[in-house]
Amino acid sequence: MSNYPILSLLIFIPLIGALFIFVIRGEDEIVKRNARQVALWTSCVVFALSLLLWKNFDITTADFQFVEHQDWMPKFNIAYHLGVDGISVLFVLLTTLLIPICILASWEAIQERVKEYMIAFLVLETMMIGMFVALDIIVFYIFFEAVLLPMFLIIGVWGGKRRVYAAFKLFLYTLLGSVLMLVAILAMYFEAGTANIPVLLTHDFPASMQTWLWLAFFASFAVKVPMWPVHTWLPDAHVEAPTAGSVILAGVLLKFGGYGFLRFSLPMFPLATADFTILIYTLSVVAVIYTSLVALAQEDMKKLIAYSSVAHMGFVTIGTFTLTVQGIEGAIYQMLSHGIVSAALFLIVGVVYDRIHSREITQYGGLVHKMPAYSLIFMVFMLASVGLPGTGGFVGELLILVGAFKVNSILAALAATGVILSAVYMLYLYRRIIFGKLTKDHLLKIKDLNTREKMVFAPLIILIFWMGIYPSSFLEILHVSVNNLIDRVESAQAASAALIAGR
Amino acid sequence: MIATAVFLPLLASLIAGILAFIPAGKDKINRDRLDRLSQYVTCVALLISAAFSFLVFDDVALSGNVQNLYLFNWIDSGTLNVSWSLKVDTLTAVMLIVVTVVSSMVHIYSIGYMNHDPKVPRFMSYLSLFTFFMLMLVTADNLVQMFFGWEGVGLASYLLIGFWYDKPSANSAAIKAFVVNRVGDFAFMLGIFTVYLIFDTVSFDEIFAAVPQKANDTIQLFGGDFHAITIACLLLFIGAMGKSAQLGLHTWLPDAMEGPTHVSALIHSATMVTAGVFMVARLSPLFEYSDIALTVVTIIGGSTAIFAATIACTQNDIKRVIAYSTCSQLGYMFFACGVSAYSAGIFHLMTHGFFKALLFLGAGSVIHAMSDEQDMRKMGGLAKHIKVTYVLVFIGSLALVGIWPFAGFYSKDIILEAAWAAHTNAGNYAFWMGISAAFLTAFYSWRLIILTFHGNSRSDETVLAHVHESPKVMLIPLIVLAAGAGLLGYIGYTYFVGQDASLFWGNSILVLDTHTALEAAHHAPIWVKYLPMGVGFGGIILAYVLYMWCPRLPALIVAKIYPVYSFIYNKWYFDELYNLLFVNPVLYLGRNLWKTGDGSVIDGIGPDGISAAALNLTKRIAQLQTGYLYHYAFAMIGGIIILISIYMLGV
Repeated sequence: MSNYPILSLLIFIPLIGALFIFVIRGEDEIVKRNARQVALWTSCVVFALSLLLWKNFDITTADFQFVEHQDWMPKFNIAYHLGVDGISVLFVLLTTLLIPICILASWEAIQERVKEYMIAFLVLETMMIGMFVALDIIVFYIFFEAVLLPMFLIIGVWGGKRRVYAAFKLFLYTLLGSVLMLVAILAMYFEAGTANIPVLLTHDFPASMQTWLWLAFFASFAVKVPMWPVHTWLPDAHVEAPTAGSVILAGVLLKFGGYGFLRFSLPMFPLATADFTILIYTLSVVAVIYTSLVALAQEDMKKLIAYSSVAHMGFVTIGTFTLTVQGIEGAIYQMLSHGIVSAALFLIVGVVYDRIHSREITQYGGLVHKMPAYSLIFMVFMLASVGLPGTGGFVGELLILVGAFKVNSILAALAATGVILSAVYMLYLYRRIIFGKLTKDHLLKIKDLNTREKMVFAPLIILIFWMGIYPSSFLEILHVSVNNLIDRVESAQAASAALIAGR
Repeated sequence: MIATAVFLPLLASLIAGILAFIPAGKDKINRDRLDRLSQYVTCVALLISAAFSFLVFDDVALSGNVQNLYLFNWIDSGTLNVSWSLKVDTLTAVMLIVVTVVSSMVHIYSIGYMNHDPKVPRFMSYLSLFTFFMLMLVTADNLVQMFFGWEGVGLASYLLIGFWYDKPSANSAAIKAFVVNRVGDFAFMLGIFTVYLIFDTVSFDEIFAAVPQKANDTIQLFGGDFHAITIACLLLFIGAMGKSAQLGLHTWLPDAMEGPTHVSALIHSATMVTAGVFMVARLSPLFEYSDIALTVVTIIGGSTAIFAATIACTQNDIKRVIAYSTCSQLGYMFFACGVSAYSAGIFHLMTHGFFKALLFLGAGSVIHAMSDEQDMRKMGGLAKHIKVTYVLVFIGSLALVGIWPFAGFYSKDIILEAAWAAHTNAGNYAFWMGISAAFLTAFYSWRLIILTFHGNSRSDETVLAHVHESPKVMLIPLIVLAAGAGLLGYIGYTYFVGQDASLFWGNSILVLDTHTALEAAHHAPIWVKYLPMGVGFGGIILAYVLYMWCPRLPALIVAKIYPVYSFIYNKWYFDELYNLLFVNPVLYLGRNLWKTGDGSVIDGIGPDGISAAALNLTKRIAQLQTGYLYHYAFAMIGGIIILISIYMLGV
């Protein structure tokens, strides 16, 4: 099994699928149908393959597994180098799960340029998986940036009315961060003489250099997370993106930042991490409270959920920087469950948007009378979003808050107010859309979920309860890698402290 | 056995939930069949669950076999290990009986009460789901699992209060209940974290074993040093205040009366709201080591008892009177716990569960008879039309007021005696507040009876023509509960607080040797023993005077003390205060942070600002290209001068 290039297959099968779609010719309807079918089957195969990854993953070691190494530019010590550990493997699964769901969700919603749309999604899948499994920092950077290309296209071509503004905002924000990160990556490369991530993970960068490198990476990751105050691109991007675009954006793309902190900032720059922890805490707590309040005032469903995403990701950054087992495992868990929940919530908005073509909350009300199944599913994910025990949302929040409470009780108390506020804005949203009398004329003939839509939600519902009731299936994968990460950071910090003390 | 008792309601809930989604089409018979099926499934499941609870009670409480059933691992991260386990000791066994019996009675009652409702399966599903969460709460063997049940009952309560979702008021009440409870849960969570920080575990048994060693530890939290156990207890107690609607976090309970009446009987009297009392009793080994926390519990309990009783005297909605009464009675239970008489608190919890459920269901029966009228000012003279209901409500009220030999006499008196016997300032405060509240309790109970059942009818003729006694399926549960309200005090006394108490409770409740209030209560002087019943009769007589014999007096008194009356009538203006302090600022902040913070400041300086600046700059540069030769010539000369200057100065 160990020689089987499973990660490369995960990366390249979507590209092969995209190639197939590219060569489809014929009548318009047939092309559309075939493009959809090919995309769906390709992504399903990828998902099935990724399950093998999960099944064969060894939870007793913190080393990278399924490693593939091909020289690419040997002269420069740059290689096509892949592998996963406990921190990244579940993100790969999250990606491979969400792509078929996205394709299924776009089945009828997308009627223009179907072929190109499906290609964009498969290419996107390649880039996202590549980003999570890259073990060469140059390869990582290529995937990290390349993800934006299909994403720009998805928003810019299949987006709503103000898609250009949204794409431009996304561009401005990410450009700033990326440029700085590229400079930092080059600096690291010249300092350590290698682009090999496992080597870099054990390389001790000089303390002063760590500060600058940390800040450069922070610029890029903070935008991705997104952290306050660089979050304003997210609501606009979500509002303009087609449903499946929002699903991927919230479900996977936002996790790049959190993953980046765990993979790079913490282990590679442990000294700078200690210096900047207070900054992260402050920004995160502001994000949780500020964006929760803003979410309460929203009139657009997608914007509301986008703001709630920022608040939930605020929890993630807090947990990450607590440097406690619970905090970091909670952060990863929160990212996974948020990946499922926010994806589902955007799909839920998509369902009614496909029918009524409006995201205005005031256009709805009393849907429970016509759409009972929809209301039930909405209820499930609303509750998961507010972190009700028994759903996946609770486990992450609990662990993060436990970790935060250990290091700083005021921080935990402030963050925990998000738990109250999320209940307020989600219940208020649910009430305005689902409950009440059904009086609006355009809603009188609205149809409940069809079979395809139920199929889209079914796996997500199973997962969110599974994650809530028996989280060990997922948490056990994290333990060894997270402990290893914490050991690395703490020993580096201790060594530096000893050095200073010895002077 | 215990697993069956706990999980059967969940299974029933799922089945009823599925039935709710089976399309019945236009066929009414089909619909009815589904409705019946969902009712049978849930009722039978609950009855079996109740029967098993009695078996468990026999095994655990009477034979002393404490059980702990490990199911599977839940959350496991670092030293935080949480499992799904069912722990049954005497305390849990008592709660199992209360929950399953009251719940199954409410289930059966629903068959009659919800007869005309189009959403029967959904309703039955919610009821059973609630029961499941409540059972999880009382069988929890660690704090996090308790929190699961805790939030779960909150959810079920949200669903049930908002069951009639077409009504805006029901929706608001449901959200209010959930959110106010979340405020309490916020503190509960912090309490769990504090406990975890002190003991490095969240499992009850491990915590309790470690308490004596940590009794004097201090902990650094929120920027100060505190006695560790005190701060943990206080935070957990705030959680209990939210769920049990104690002073400050009580505002959701009266509004929750928007739900169907028997829901209130189940959730807002017998089970969910008592969860806070249960929690304090469950954590008695923790609370015992913090005198400050116990004092706070006593004072809050005593204050709530009197506060809610005053409001109950002025309300006109029959359900709201009972709701405030519940609030007040919960105060008694809390101050019982506060003076270390936990078993007395649980005793009252049990008897109250029965007689208050009886009162609520009786009120439901009245409302049912009156075609959904809840305002007592429009009732009157119903005794002759609905005799059985009248008798049952009368029994419930006797039990509530604490007249011998009804249940409340035993349980309320022992609480008051214990408060007196504590001989602390807080205990004395609670005792006198409790005595005053007992007087008011009697007064508002008989005010309710007289306004509803006696005198002349004040309703219009069409309503009066429809007044009818409830069907048997609604009356039988009432009779069962009435039997409990009549007999439980007498039966339970020796076990709960009498000679057999220590054997009965085993290790489930801990009281330190220095806390002797309950022991001393039995030796209280005669006047302490008879004062509660004395003021009870006083309250009843006053109600007769004011509402039966001189019905013009109340209006005169109200006019005389109008400012006081309106203060009380408006519930001490708590809702208005909270709107002013929290609701309005939050909405205001949300809107402004969005429009100003995100819009003007962040975007204004960030992306929009940069693009505007870039545009502005290019426009200015473009303006330089004027096309006039002499402009360019001038610029060239200027450039040459600068270059020469630099060269000459040798910079």
